[in-house]
Amino acid sequence: MTSKIWLRAGLPALLAALVAAEPAFAAPTINKGDTAWMMTATVLVLVMTIPGLALFYGGLVRSKNMLSTLLQVFYTVCIVLLIWVIYGYSLTFTGGGDFIGGFSKAFLAGIMPDTPGGTFSVGVAIPEGVFVMFQMTFAAITAALILGSVAERTKFSAIALFMPLWITFIYFPIAHMVWYWAGPDAIDAAAKAVAAAVDVAAKAKAQAALDEVLADGGYLFKAGAIDFAGGSVVHINSGIAGLVGCLIVGKRIGYGKEQMAPHSLVMTMIGACLLWFGWFGFNAGSNLEAAGSAVVAFLNTFIATAACAMSWMFIEWIVKGKPTVLGAVSGAVAGLVAVTPASGFAGPMGSLVLGLVAGAVCFFFVTTIKNAFGYDDALDVFGVHCIGGIVGALGTGILVNPALGGTGVFDYVANKVGDYDLIAQMTAQFKDVIITLLWSGIGSAILWKLVDMLVGLRPSPEREREGLDITDHGERAYS
Amino acid sequence: MKIVMAIIKPFKLEEVRDALTGIGVHGLTVTEVKGYGRQKGHTEIYRGAEYAVNFLPKIKIEVAVDSAQVKKVIDAITGAAKTGQIGDGKIFVYPIEHAVRIRTGETDADAL
Repeated sequence: MTSKIWLRAGLPALLAALVAAEPAFAAPTINKGDTAWMMTATVLVLVMTIPGLALFYGGLVRSKNMLSTLLQVFYTVCIVLLIWVIYGYSLTFTGGGDFIGGFSKAFLAGIMPDTPGGTFSVGVAIPEGVFVMFQMTFAAITAALILGSVAERTKFSAIALFMPLWITFIYFPIAHMVWYWAGPDAIDAAAKAVAAAVDVAAKAKAQAALDEVLADGGYLFKAGAIDFAGGSVVHINSGIAGLVGCLIVGKRIGYGKEQMAPHSLVMTMIGACLLWFGWFGFNAGSNLEAAGSAVVAFLNTFIATAACAMSWMFIEWIVKGKPTVLGAVSGAVAGLVAVTPASGFAGPMGSLVLGLVAGAVCFFFVTTIKNAFGYDDALDVFGVHCIGGIVGALGTGILVNPALGGTGVFDYVANKVGDYDLIAQMTAQFKDVIITLLWSGIGSAILWKLVDMLVGLRPSPEREREGLDITDHGERAYS
Repeated sequence: MKIVMAIIKPFKLEEVRDALTGIGVHGLTVTEVKGYGRQKGHTEIYRGAEYAVNFLPKIKIEVAVDSAQVKKVIDAITGAAKTGQIGDGKIFVYPIEHAVRIRTGETDADAL
């Protein structure tokens, strides 16, 4: 999921080894169709966050906190984009370690208009710049998702400080661990060099070079975890950060006693539909090429979403007596979350089942578990994103099985789809889930506490009652 | 002179207006209000969080009429606003001390 350009820029020793082993290391060609699709997908992901997520969340809060919710989302997008181009992309998508990359591409050093970036196919490239932007929008939405947990009661200054810290210490490492790898071209070239080596000494040398290329990847990537578009990186990550956030920030004044009904489910509906719309860029764009496998991800993004919306709505109808707008759109979002890691790996019918299961599980967490424990996860980031992400991450491990209509996992060394092993794949998926939960859960808790010590998380009770629109921003959403 | 004030169900407003126009009442003030009586409220559920909504939306109408017309007005409102269900509303009548038409300066009965 990254380019092989760093081979030239960052690791000359490895390059020398490669060149010695395989002189014919052809530069991949940049495909215009893929480039056009990836630019489109990038703005689709931006639309998910602004205005999609902003309106989805905004409609769910009380009218006195509408603008505060909108600005917190908008701020998060802008600040994350800036950090991404300064050092975020470099830390995430360069080699250097299992847990975090280096600074060799800080300030986007070395990324020119025609610099090729790798895709998932050998010899096929997109400009690295479009990969930088595409991934930038992922970082932005992940951070913004957290805001729902602590909505209506967290000072803007606290959010302003928390977001740069969180994206740096939590998001970049997890994205690096799951998504950074040397890329198909480097692996293919090194594997071909091994095959082409004539004598034992040359073979050993070429094998060492291949091992080095294979070792150049994130910890979870190398563990075999598969996460197509961000089940763990985006949803489990933000969901658990939100849960510890709402526990540390504390409940909204009057939670459980006063009316906290959403102020505009119309806006929530519009926001949810924009999320679904943009999610096609998120999932199908994660294919990095406008090819058949992108179509699979596109199709799955339709099916799982509709299945999960229906699952949630009908369960609600049966259990609570009425089908609701909020239930149906919450189900749609949960379905989008669950299919995110599976979108490029599962078959269409696998996605249907995944959506139905995610609807039931997320409904149970949002309506029952939350009330049983009494935490004030205001807009259900944990119940929908973390839980939906876990269902998706584990479901991906099962549904990738070609016997269930999945794609299998491509082995770039053998140049074919690898054999499916349920135990090995599920072990890797569990590892992915657990490490994300621990890293983000513990790390985010430390950051929330740190921000509390530095600027304070909560406004005064009077200011919270008045509403953050007036007290933080001096504006009113509706007059 | 009296004010006839009625609290009615919102969807009955047009029928009440037609009935009052039919008996020659040419002015009416309408206010959107909330309140509760025997109808109580209802429950709203958002993702499992239940809220009891105690105050229901109603329409308040006020008609200023000559004392002799009060009975007719009450009959017209009652006839139009009645559904027979709980929550149909109530009518209150109270006296007007003095009335002035701002444009002309006419007073009392001439101002109605």
